Order: sequence, then structure tokens, then C-alpha cells
Amino acid sequence: MYERRPSGPEPAVSSSETPRGDPAQAFHITCAVTDTDPACGAAVVSVAGTLTFTNGAALWETLHAALPGDPQTALCFDLSAVDVIDGGAMALLVQTKWDRETAGARCEFVGASGATAQLLELLDGDASPTVPPARPHVGYFGQLGNRTLATLREVQLFLAFLGSMVLEVGGVLRRPRTANWKDVAPVMTRTGVDAVPIIVLITFLIGFVMAFQSAVQLKQFGANIYVADLVALSITRELGPLMVAIVVSGRSGAAFAAELGTMKVSEEIDALRTMGIGPLRFLVFPRVLALFLVMPVLTLIGDVVGILGGLVVGVVNLDITVVGYLHQTQRALDVWDVFQGLIKASVFGLAIGLISCSQGLITTGGAEGVGRRTTAAVVASLFTLILLDAAFAITLHELGL
Amino acid sequence: MTTPSITVRNLTMGWDELILLEDASFDVAEGEVFAILGASGCGKSTLLRYLTGLDEPMAGTVRLAGIGAPTLEVGRPAYGVMFQSGALFGSMTVGENLALALNEWTRLPRAAVSAIVRAKLRLVGLQGSEHQYPAELSGGMTKRAAIARAMVLEPRLLFLDEPSSGLDPVSAAELDDLILTLNRGLGLTVVLVTHELPSIFAVVTQCIVLDRESRSILAQGAPRTLRDESTSSAVRNFFTRNVAKGGV
Ligand SMILES: Nc1ncnc2c1ncn2[C@@H]1O[C@H](COP(=O)(O)OP(=O)(O)O)[C@@H](O)[C@H]1O
Ligand SMILES: [Mg+2]
Repeated sequence: MYERRPSGPEPAVSSSETPRGDPAQAFHITCAVTDTDPACGAAVVSVAGTLTFTNGAALWETLHAALPGDPQTALCFDLSAVDVIDGGAMALLVQTKWDRETAGARCEFVGASGATAQLLELLDGDASPTVPPARPHVGYFGQLGNRTLATLREVQLFLAFLGSMVLEVGGVLRRPRTANWKDVAPVMTRTGVDAVPIIVLITFLIGFVMAFQSAVQLKQFGANIYVADLVALSITRELGPLMVAIVVSGRSGAAFAAELGTMKVSEEIDALRTMGIGPLRFLVFPRVLALFLVMPVLTLIGDVVGILGGLVVGVVNLDITVVGYLHQTQRALDVWDVFQGLIKASVFGLAIGLISCSQGLITTGGAEGVGRRTTAAVVASLFTLILLDAAFAITLHELGL
Repeated sequence: MTTPSITVRNLTMGWDELILLEDASFDVAEGEVFAILGASGCGKSTLLRYLTGLDEPMAGTVRLAGIGAPTLEVGRPAYGVMFQSGALFGSMTVGENLALALNEWTRLPRAAVSAIVRAKLRLVGLQGSEHQYPAELSGGMTKRAAIARAMVLEPRLLFLDEPSSGLDPVSAAELDDLILTLNRGLGLTVVLVTHELPSIFAVVTQCIVLDRESRSILAQGAPRTLRDESTSSAVRNFFTRNVAKGGV
């Protein structure tokens, strides 16, 4: 739609933007000083022809060039020769008259008839510019303080949200029928099944690249077979859950925040509440539960596929047999290695779901607000994932697991 | 009747699974305040989307005088549209909402744009709201601002989706006055969707009543005539039942 700009406005406009005095011009503005005119003061500004907002630029310029230099000169705008004038062009005349009046000149419109008079009736009046309200200036430290307070308030909001969520889960446990179970399966499909292709692709490549990079080093020591240990352990314990969580927060976390945010700004959430339906139980619970359940499954798929990626490199590049690679993997891996990765994945799922939904629910400010909250949901989720991952690593290490 | 401003022929409205109107034809004459009436869900907003070119009908044609088929995004819009919610851009002030189209379609200097913006706001009675954000406006003010925004490109034809719905009676009456001003004072042809009986009798000169059941235009004419003289009791009921509701 932007091609039309270079080609300019319609021909009618360009013809009316020809220099002043050109006979093709659609309007004429002349200013004559006549002390003798009884109705008016010193200067009569005669406006004639067809005036539309499309040739407003020329009109504006012509008009100002024609006016007498002394802003105190009384003016009489004679509109009797106007053929056609639209609201935009009339607004320009009214503004010009008003500006001169506020400068102290006596001004009036004369000779308007028919449609012109009607338009004048509607538009003539106080055309003084409105002053934008002064927005208080805040210095750097003030801004820093405001941001800090805003962040703290968000943390406070999130904690309150977590608290309410715990109460909701308690309520659901006591009376399971009150929960919105019917949304759980569809959300699991959207966040789980639909994410499998991208998860497979990414974890395969992670396993593949990791094996490929380490193969060079391991070959030097004749330690080819240990590529299986390296891939298996780092995928199951660390990279599998983390990569899956990053993909899920980008796919589903963003979707949750956008969905709930849009519902919030279009007052749908309020409508739910007026019907006595809590948005936490109705909207947040099924989403968070779905992620909690789906994350370990996706991670397990990611673990298997990542190990396959390593296997391809082992077989093609390091002359390890398929059986040999799998056997070595089995020896390297403990059930606990996989299991702790899956626990971690579930916790990541909870975090992504809770953070994204809470961001959605606090959305304000229309479409722009939805965008802001969606961004915030993904950023906060990623940040939290890294923190949680570090916390897991330290805790498990201290526990000797 | 003067020259038709909008000509609709053999229009079929709906979607494959839901037909709302079949083979309908009507004209809107220049200078009318033309209302699309009917029960909720009968397709009034959908018809308005066809008339404004936001959607294309399943079959049939819509022609606007001097324009042809309504098309969007191919040139300067020749008609203004006000959406039911106002649809003002929340990230811009009211003034910026109005200036947007002017800056896109003209090369007016800043001072001139703002003069036009202020004139339009005065016209709708919103002087002083130029620097406010849409979120800071009341429901009635939002609708006025949306009408002002629809007016900046000097349309001769204005489409309004439920201009006075959801407003208190005073604001609704003020909005009716504004519509009359636009129609009688500026000579605009106005096509509107409304539910409010007081507004129908106050401003509307011609109307059509849509009926979903029969997928047809139930009646066409001036509202008072239809109320008093229609041979169809369904049509008479439509006008009187609504009056009873409006009176409560
Ligand atoms: N995109 C769509 N696809 C299918 N049906 C729709 C669509 N949009 C609206 N409808 C249906 O069309 C009917 C008419 O809608 P609408 O024109 O908004 O009615 P109203 O007369 O209340 O303005 C409604 O029943 C609505 O559910
Ligand atoms: Mg509607």
C-alpha cells in the first residue's frame, strides 16, 4: 500500500499546486486594502474558486502570502466568490482568521451563502491550539527509582498471583469437579504434540553437533567410545530439559500471554468474572497443568533424539558400531540421570505456565499492551529457567546426586 | 429519490455453513440517513462490512456512486467508517488518531493538519480532547472521536456501526444530534446500524429490516411509515416492541 506515495496525490491536486497566478489553479486569493469598504476595515481578502483540503497546502501558503504583513490590520474575508469549499479548507480559513484575531486584528467573514454559510456556521469559532498537559519531568535517579518500584510491584503481583494459584489448586484438590478439565487435553495437544517436530529437529542437532565437536578431541586420545557418555549425560541431565523449555516458552508461553492478554483487554476476562467464573481456575489452571504434564514427555523425546544425533556421528565419524554406541550409552546412564531431567522439565513447565499466564492477566493498554506482556512473558520465563537450572545443579550437587 | 449513492444487487450474505441473506437488492439514495435494522445476529455488521469493502459478499454486487465496488487500500478512501467499539488506536492521542490519515494522504504542513484536526474535534464537540488518549475518554466521547476520525478525509458517505448503542440516553441523544448535523448541515449520506428506537425515529429517513429466518429484507421504507402502515405484523412489532423496551 505504500507504492502510492512516490506517485503522489491525484492529478487534481498537483494541478492545483501549480504556482500562484496560474490560470489552471482552482482557487484565487487576493488581498486588497480598501479604506472605503463600509462593512470591513482596512483589508479585504477575497477568496474565490474551489477550495478543498487536497489543495490545502497551496491554499495555506497562498493565504499567508496574501495577508498584509501587519498582524493588526483588520481583515475582511470575502467568501462570496467561493464555488465549492470543504470542511478541511474551511478549517484553514477559520484558523487563519482566529490567529489574526488573537494577534489583535478585527476580522470577519462576509459574503458566505448556501453550503458555504452552513459550513462556516459549523466550524467558525475558537480555533486556539490546545496546550498538551505538562508531563512532569523525571530525572535519571527518579526514573531509576520508578523502574525499581515498578519491578518490585510486578514481583509483588506475581507473588500474589502464585498465592491465589496455590489456593485454587487447593480448591481443585478438594472439589476436583470445579476445575476446567476439558481444556487440558486441547492445550496439551497445542503445546505438546504440535511442538514435537521442532523439538526433534533441535535436540537431534544438539546431540549431533556436540558429538561432532568432541569427536575431534576424543579421537586424539583414542577415546572415541566416550562420545556416547558425553552426549548421553549432557543431554539427559542438562541440555534436553533446557532446550525443550526454551522452545516451549517461545511457542506456548508467548501464546498463553497473548491469548490471555487479548482476553483481558477486550474485557472478556471481566465478563468471565461477572459470571462467577474465576479466570485462574478456568483459564490458568488447565494451561499450567498441561505444560506440567507435557514437558517431561517432550524432554524424554528430546533425550532419545539427542542421543540418536550423537549416535549418527559416532557411527559415521568415529567407527563405532550402533550396538557398541547404545551399549556404552546404557552403561553411562543411570535411571536417575534421566529422571532428574524429567523432574526439572516439569518444574520448568510450571514456571513457564505460571509466568506467561500471570503476564497475560495483568495486561492493560490494548494491542500494544498485549505485545509488551508477551515479550515480558518470554524474557521472564527464560531468565527464570536459567535461575532454576542453576538452583537444580547446585542442589543436586550438594545432595550428592 | 435522488441519485442512488449505494446500489446493492442480488446480494448473498454469509458463509458456506450459514447463509444470512439471499439475493437481496436495495438502494441508498444520496442524502439519506439510512439504517440497517434487524434482530441481533441477523447480519447487520456483516452487511456493513460488505458495503465498506472489508469483506466480499458470497454473491451479488455492491456499487458506490462515483467509486464502483468498494475497495480498500488502493487509494484515498472516499468514505468514512466508524466501528462499533470506536477502534481508536490506543497508543496515540485523539489528535494523532485524526492526523494519521491526513498525513498519509496530503502534504499539509503541521500547523494546517492540526487546524483541521481541531476543527473536526470542534465539529463533534470534543474541543480540548486533542491531547487525550482514547483510554481517557468516556464511551460517548470515544464514539465522537471515532466519527471525527472518519471525517478527516472529507467523505461524502459515512458508515456508522451502532453509534449510539451502549450510551446513556443523554449521550445517545447528543450523538443523534451530531448525526443530524453531519447529514443536514454537511449533506453527508449516512449509513448506520442501530438498535435504539429513539435514535431510529430521531434521525433515520430510510431503513431496511433484515430477517435471518427468511434470509431476506423484510421491509424497506421510512421508519414511521413502516411502524404505522406495514402490512406485515412482524415489521410493525419490530418497531413497537422495541419502543416498549426503550421506554423502560
Ligand atoms: N467470520 C464469520 N464466520 C461465520 N459466521 C460469522 C462470522 N462472523 C459473524 N458470523 C455470524 O454471523 C451472524 C451475524 O453476525 P453480525 O453481522 O455481527 O450480526 P449483527 O446483526 O448482530 O451485527 C452471527 O450469527 C455471527 O455468529
Ligand atoms: Mg453488530
